[in-house]
Amino acid sequence: MNRAAQAVVMVFLGGAIVRASVTDLYLRYVKQGLRPFLVAAGVLLVVAAVMALTQEIRDRHRPTAREDDEHSHSGPAVGWLLLLPALALLFVVPPALGADTAARAGSALTDNQDVAYPPLPPGDPARLTLLDYGYRAVYDQGRTLRDRQIQLTGFLAPGPDGQPMLARIVLSCCAADGIPIKIGLRGEVPHLPADTWVRATGRWIPHTAKDPVNDSDIPYFQLDTWQQITPPAEPYE
Amino acid sequence: MLLILVGVLHRQVGGVVADPRLQTWLTVFVSVLVQAVPFLVFGVVLSAVIAVFVPRSFWARALPRHPALAVPIAGVAGVVLPGCECGSVPIAGSLIRRGVTPAAALAFLLAAPAINPIVLTATAVAFPRNPEMVAARGGASLVVALLMGWLWLRLGRAEWIRLPHRAHLDGLPRMAAFWAACRHDIVHAGGFLVVGAMAAATINVAVPQQFLHDLAARPVLSVLALAALAVLLSICSEADAFVAASLSQFSLTARLAFLVVGPMVDLKLVSMQAGIFGRRFAARFAPATFALAVLVAAAVGTVIW
Repeated sequence: MNRAAQAVVMVFLGGAIVRASVTDLYLRYVKQGLRPFLVAAGVLLVVAAVMALTQEIRDRHRPTAREDDEHSHSGPAVGWLLLLPALALLFVVPPALGADTAARAGSALTDNQDVAYPPLPPGDPARLTLLDYGYRAVYDQGRTLRDRQIQLTGFLAPGPDGQPMLARIVLSCCAADGIPIKIGLRGEVPHLPADTWVRATGRWIPHTAKDPVNDSDIPYFQLDTWQQITPPAEPYE
Repeated sequence: MLLILVGVLHRQVGGVVADPRLQTWLTVFVSVLVQAVPFLVFGVVLSAVIAVFVPRSFWARALPRHPALAVPIAGVAGVVLPGCECGSVPIAGSLIRRGVTPAAALAFLLAAPAINPIVLTATAVAFPRNPEMVAARGGASLVVALLMGWLWLRLGRAEWIRLPHRAHLDGLPRMAAFWAACRHDIVHAGGFLVVGAMAAATINVAVPQQFLHDLAARPVLSVLALAALAVLLSICSEADAFVAASLSQFSLTARLAFLVVGPMVDLKLVSMQAGIFGRRFAARFAPATFALAVLVAAAVGTVIW
């Protein structure tokens, strides 16, 4: 792998990173806080590539000491692999994690967080994350959820019994550590394809099930109304 | 021409990756890289600054004469070299070339990729609920590095190390050397990072959760399993904390073993060590480091958790 090839690979990778981070595409893979670092790293990659190309052109016009340069500027063939993520980011743009992960991985409610749960935020319905709803429902026995209309946003994923559940992926850093949070549904359950995003309004019900994958708890939610929505820019919780 | 090729590829590739499992694989693969690239690039830039603008003789002057004292100083000096393990192998080689005692250079080689600020920051970001992981990782890695340094003083033989004759940054103007070092490290380390991300995505998608769940339930086996996984995955130390965080069904001790072993012994590192120090060296050094790293990580983990 010579110097010009290395420069081309770095331009592709840097360009792909910059493009993903100036649009909202990067949110499919990492958390929002990484954005400035992604832009800076992408720009640096492109600058390093431009410097390499300038050097290359300068050396081409200077025929002396070619042999030594050739040796010291070559890189390992493994560097070509950097094209893979660049091309994937530019041309495939893999989707955010969804129903496939929800089906394979166990739900997030495995350890009791022994905290005092504050009252629900004001509003009717009160908007909660799936994780917040889950913790309050399972580990606080729904104490703060009673007698309130609640709104949850997530995608549909088939549950172990074939019935659709409401799910969302929780990230701590990047999609490699994504863990699903699953909420069982009762009432007029939407029968739409998996990975369809819905905004659901309803109430807490005192019913839980176990996730067969990892024995975690799956709380349930009584649907009153729901509407299909476009996937949010920030797909994770 | 290139644009047409790209256009055709776009259609073709789009059709192939309709399978949900493959899509998940691609998403995980891309996300490991997107997460790791800023850390990789900044690590490479900083290590290029040090490699080009700090004279190498500085390191030789800064270390005490006595080898047994030089080991801890060199190990702790790893803090100031923000880079991943791919960067520290050539630097350790050049330290030896500059007359630093091999034991000290090896302590530096093992410590630098694990205890520098970028890696520890990444660890803190990856384990927001377990800040003690940062101290455990830094402490255990430093202990392993120092023990290996002193072990080398007792048992190591100078003839096991064979350095190649080459110093490609010498003789270049400073800025040219700086950009050459950046490019070289990005392509080297980045390429191996892609291999690691592919392996990590495969493990993430292909290994049944139930299997990991069962493995994670056995304390001793889980520590050994994650230590072995760290060797196989060969993830850059600037990114490995995020992968460790994703192995959430495993105990913190097992994940600590993953984080301590990874920057010291892995497939790409052993091949780089064989290339720079010679095969006879790598064949002895890597297994000894692995055993020591597992023992120290298990001990530290048992004490803390």
